[in-house]
Amino acid sequence: MSEIVKEPSMLLQKEMIARNYEAITSKHETGRKVSSTFVPGNLNELLLCFDIVNNLPEINAIQNGMRKLSGNYIMDAEKSGHSEDVCTYVKADIGMMGAGNIAPNGKPFPKPDVLLLSYTGCYTFMKWFELLREEYKCPTLMLHVPYEGDGHSTKNMRDYIVKQLKEVIIPGLEQVSGIKFDIDRLREALRNSAKAEDNLVWVLESGKHKPSPIDAYFGGVYYIGPIFTAFRGTPDAIAYYDALRTEVQARIDTRQGPITPDGSNFNDQRYRLVVEGPPNWTHFREFWKMFSDEGAVVVASSYTKVGGMYDLGFRHDADNPLETLADYCLGCYTNRNLPTRVDILAKYIEEYEADGLLINSIKSCNSFSAGQLMMMNEVERRTGKPGAFIETDLVDPRYFSAANVKNRLESYFQMIEQKRLGTAKAA
Amino acid sequence: MRCFIGIDLGSTTTKAVVMDENQNVLGRGITNSRSNYDTAAAVSKQEALVDTRLTLFRRALEAVPGTADTAEAVLAGLERNFRHIQFVEQLEDLERTCIGNVKGPRFAGREKPVIEALAETFRRLREHSATQFAPGFRRKSDFFRDLAGGDFMHNGEAVCREAGLAFDLILNIYDKSIIEVENRPPAGDIEGKFVRALEMGSLDQSLIAAPVKAALSIPLEETYVVGTGYGRVRLPFPKEHIRSEILCHGLGAHIMYPRTRTVLDIGGQDTKGIQVDPAGIVENFQMNDRCAAGCGRYLGYIADEMNMGLQELGPLAMQSTKQVRINSTCTVFAGAELRDRLALGEKREDILAGLHRAIILRAMSILSRAGGVKDQFTFTGGVAKNEAAVRELRKLIKENYGDVQININPDSIYTGALGGAAFAVRAVLN
Repeated sequence: MSEIVKEPSMLLQKEMIARNYEAITSKHETGRKVSSTFVPGNLNELLLCFDIVNNLPEINAIQNGMRKLSGNYIMDAEKSGHSEDVCTYVKADIGMMGAGNIAPNGKPFPKPDVLLLSYTGCYTFMKWFELLREEYKCPTLMLHVPYEGDGHSTKNMRDYIVKQLKEVIIPGLEQVSGIKFDIDRLREALRNSAKAEDNLVWVLESGKHKPSPIDAYFGGVYYIGPIFTAFRGTPDAIAYYDALRTEVQARIDTRQGPITPDGSNFNDQRYRLVVEGPPNWTHFREFWKMFSDEGAVVVASSYTKVGGMYDLGFRHDADNPLETLADYCLGCYTNRNLPTRVDILAKYIEEYEADGLLINSIKSCNSFSAGQLMMMNEVERRTGKPGAFIETDLVDPRYFSAANVKNRLESYFQMIEQKRLGTAKAA
Repeated sequence: MRCFIGIDLGSTTTKAVVMDENQNVLGRGITNSRSNYDTAAAVSKQEALVDTRLTLFRRALEAVPGTADTAEAVLAGLERNFRHIQFVEQLEDLERTCIGNVKGPRFAGREKPVIEALAETFRRLREHSATQFAPGFRRKSDFFRDLAGGDFMHNGEAVCREAGLAFDLILNIYDKSIIEVENRPPAGDIEGKFVRALEMGSLDQSLIAAPVKAALSIPLEETYVVGTGYGRVRLPFPKEHIRSEILCHGLGAHIMYPRTRTVLDIGGQDTKGIQVDPAGIVENFQMNDRCAAGCGRYLGYIADEMNMGLQELGPLAMQSTKQVRINSTCTVFAGAELRDRLALGEKREDILAGLHRAIILRAMSILSRAGGVKDQFTFTGGVAKNEAAVRELRKLIKENYGDVQININPDSIYTGALGGAAFAVRAVLN
């Protein structure tokens, strides 16, 4: 297989990730504290106030998926009693721990000093940290974020989160780190966040151009990297999103599409899609190629919103530091109810002038996958655009059936084509 | 004449349909996929072109006064002769291949008696072949492998016994050789074989020779070929000649029954629920994921497990008086559940009835995910030939969707290839 060609911003991000892994694995030398926390609803700005390095287990599972390590880890976890139906991020993490807990830089992950569970919309997260707590015997701080079951948040919900921040999370982090909380430091980080968020939104919305200068799914997962992980609130993230914006602007100016893994600009964009659900990580490149080979570009996706729905207007607000953290946690895509998700997807189809909605349903993620077929039918009904449904998994390679996925994708693209021909005839 | 060809490369069989530019079906061909899609595509296409010739003969004979009553019999005779010539030709290839494979330490010093035994076996096969293609003879299969295989076992064993040789010796050669022969591209010269078939003694040539020869002289131009099915990427075609099998099944069902709105296709390893619009364009579809539970292949395993032929399952299930509930349509668990039920004293026919219901229940779930069943409903794929599956489907459609017109075409196995051929016509004419 040929060498994968990456956009310059992807290489910049790779360096940033490497530096963060270095910071995590060198904690014994540097004396820095390490937290484990999850992507949706993560409180990175707050952790920065305590000089705590952020380690994200889902990101480790993704890394292991893309490096073809997760399959064995998952099977090891199953041998130790975790059933086939359990989230494969969890099993990849458990399996990695059993195999020496080696980070992508080849050094062992140290024990975390704190488990910060700042989001509970996914109950698997809670169980996952229960397992980790048992393993590491370290303090666990839990921020309960109420689910937006009625489609919106309330003042009560916000107050409830702020109260927990004040009474549980901040004192807990002070205790772990030995550093006194400084709200001005938090404000500074939040200002940094907002700057980077502006550019992220600009980049994601560039998918409205024709041709689209970005792939908002396969490229999008790179673009959200720094802001969804250990870099939100840092000058590094600001620099990254400045560079990314310049890169995308250059493609808009020259009417170029995104760079595909084989190194060419993807300009022959025949189908514009909105995608719901995470990608498959174990066959990421092969999966992407199934789209780009057929001329399908993703112009908007919901997965790039699981760590914050900035395109709906939210920005971290330095003037209301704790309240803004509460609003951020409440507003993540994964904390939205099904009707709201339908509204968002239908809006994307209209605003991004997409040909339809494709759902990649994840086998081992029961909480997120539930209701997706109903969502697809409803989006089809509202927009009049055809939907399609494929099934893969996050990091379990056994659940990726290339022929089956390709068959469904090609059928879907040809269906769109046929519908266009039909419409053209009728007109 | 311009021919538009659709080829459906399924996991079990490969089908081809030839159409004229008015979307009239001229010919159909089928062969086993033999895990070699290139050969399977070539063979099925040739078979469909042979069938096309027969259609042209039929048309030619219809124009001859006084042949109305005898045309079908004449055509049947012509086809039998043709098939016989084709069979003997393949048999000769098989014999040459077998003899060529008599080598290596296993045969050291025994080459001569083994070759003699093979020659004698094939002589008997050739001799018996006339019976297999005689009027009124019911062949259990039209695939060369099945026809030659049965006869080889029977005659080869007798020859070896007489010669004092172990049958294993030549059986081993046969197994190796049949794979080589099956995977060779088909021999050409269809027209020449038809001329020889015409000249074989059994046909009265006075009235038919001229029209048949005239029909044979019509050139069949392969104007456009569309490939579909699981093996479609293996076809040596440019990408625009490849269509998804879901689109082809949708359009094929529409051509067979223009008022079709919902299609269920149960093939070897796929179950698909497809919704089509009034023009036959797919609006929505759902299919099974990588697990082939409840598909045709599942029935194949069950047949093996019960030591029965695949075609015998349906009729036996129809004799059931009590339905046994089968929980799993998983192919892997099928054998275990089957033995479990037999151990509990359940009758084979009752277990089979339960198995058929389980398959259809799974298909119903896929259909409901694809948006339910709308009038008219067309059932396609190999499983549509199974009467027990059809019976359960009718019951469940009635229970869940009320009175819906259910269409099942005897040629439903060709639905995907039919859609492919129609796409070929559209590609050129639109």
